[in-house]
Amino acid sequence: MSTPTIQSTDLAATPAASSGSGNSRTVSLARQLSLAGVFAAFVVVFAITGNGFLSQQTWNSTTQYASEFLILGAAQTFVILSGGIDLSVGAIVGLSGVCGAWTMAHTASLGAGMSITAGVLVGLAVGLAVGTLNGFLVAYIRITPFIVTLGTLGICAGLANVISGGAPITNVPSQIGTIANRNIAGWLPALFIVALVLFGYGGWLLRGTRFGTHVRAVGSSLSSSREAGVAYRSVLLRVYMLSGVLSAIAGILLLGQFVIGSPLTGANDELNAIAAVVIGGASLAGGRGTLLGTFFGAFIISVLVTGLIASHVPAFWQGVVVGLVIITAVAIDQIKDRSRREI
Amino acid sequence: MTTTLTHPVLVGTNLGKRYGAIEALAGVDIALRRGEVTSLCGDNGAGKSTLVKILSGATAPTTGTLQVNGEPARLRSPNDAQQAGIQTVFQDLGIAPHLTVTENVFLGREIPRRGVLGKLGMMDRKAMRTATADAVAQVKINLPGLDYIVESMSGGQRQAVAVSRTIARQGSVILLDEPTAALGVQETDRVAALITRLRESGVAVLMISHDLPMVMQLSTRVVVLRHGRKVGDLVAAEHTVDDVIAYITGHRVQDHVQHSALKEMS
Repeated sequence: MSTPTIQSTDLAATPAASSGSGNSRTVSLARQLSLAGVFAAFVVVFAITGNGFLSQQTWNSTTQYASEFLILGAAQTFVILSGGIDLSVGAIVGLSGVCGAWTMAHTASLGAGMSITAGVLVGLAVGLAVGTLNGFLVAYIRITPFIVTLGTLGICAGLANVISGGAPITNVPSQIGTIANRNIAGWLPALFIVALVLFGYGGWLLRGTRFGTHVRAVGSSLSSSREAGVAYRSVLLRVYMLSGVLSAIAGILLLGQFVIGSPLTGANDELNAIAAVVIGGASLAGGRGTLLGTFFGAFIISVLVTGLIASHVPAFWQGVVVGLVIITAVAIDQIKDRSRREI
Repeated sequence: MTTTLTHPVLVGTNLGKRYGAIEALAGVDIALRRGEVTSLCGDNGAGKSTLVKILSGATAPTTGTLQVNGEPARLRSPNDAQQAGIQTVFQDLGIAPHLTVTENVFLGREIPRRGVLGKLGMMDRKAMRTATADAVAQVKINLPGLDYIVESMSGGQRQAVAVSRTIARQGSVILLDEPTAALGVQETDRVAALITRLRESGVAVLMISHDLPMVMQLSTRVVVLRHGRKVGDLVAAEHTVDDVIAYITGHRVQDHVQHSALKEMS
């Protein structure tokens, strides 16, 4: 039961009172800060339960572990903002890593430098190809993203096994391990630096460019975007191409970190990537979400995993805890949303 | 009346539309002038939406011609119509709720930055914001802020965003499809005031509305459609709500307002 006076103030809200409130973002600043709070709370808990959790070593392993989910999460943020989903990112990680390793193994005679370059390029090309296929099927053939990427997930996982013969490819130049496992000043793993650079690039795309605006517009209202003259098919195609390439970069980084190309690498990692985006406050219906939210989401998941290990909790519990965090985060959103509507 | 003194900016002559065996519109003449509000009334299925679709370029007429500023015009798409200065606000408003006011106003026609950064796809946010502020100032409905997402706003404010967009695109003709259908009393009043301001600023406004008291209050002229034909072209000041209802229900008909070609046929 609202009174007319409340409605009129609603319309007559003063323009001057604009700055600082949360209405200017699809995911409120309060929500993003509370994510930082949750992250800090986990750190405190693990500092108590985990022996030597607050250490340089934990920092390095957490940031290195988080790198993959930061990159896949950034890719997934674009896709989910556009109103879609990309289930194939984990399988692309595996396939691009295997294809990169296979290429390196078969070009060893060219010398390490050439061989690594060839492997990296082939890996990236594989990711771009799968992403283009996803985007083409979603944007031009109008198949739902869930079905398309479920299909390419199967195709990529299968091909990774076919190419590798089901076993890790190990005869790759050892130099890639030296590069990928380098650490700047003891606190900045190379993988983490790459992830941060890609995140910055993603943020620039999303906030600064026409493409980013159109990604959010298409996810927010496809019909309005079309009416306004947004080239929505091209936008969707590019979203999945971007997702494919970012996944391939993650695949190549993991190939470097472990110095093997395994068909198992990246398997099921799409779930953690989607979890990072959802914990970050994004809506699977599209339009709503931020990269900053995904950043915290990926870090919360990573610190949970390293914290549980440091606390000697059996690894099987990781999935249980991450699952509970996802459901809690979304439940709080829903309850807050409902109470806001009832005001 | 002063209505005939200004040249019409958009003229439709003998407009007709067939969908297979169904004649949705036949022999309709219409002229929209700067500084006038023309209301389009009629029952459901009378052909109001079909006429607006033709004028907005969304549908091609089966018969008839259009003139913009005295020149023959063919509107093959909404884009053509927009190029010709005809802007339409449909009932769904064409808004992306998760984008800000500025982003919505410039959606699909973002201003690129100068130089290399523009080539990379960067937008000139400052220029877009300034132009949006200008357009919103003309609309004179207070918005919480240009960087606020539209989802958080009321129905009247959303309408204001949609109209601001048509102003930023410099429309000389604005077509409004039931601008107050989803609004409460207070917001309806504000949108009514907005329509009056559009008229005063020299825009030709055409609106579809079922709110007859508001129609009589705002309109210069009222065009009544029935079964796809024009049955009344009334000067609002000389008629009452009851008159308009009589035309809508078919109790009264102005024969002379139908296009001559149609009269010869029947």
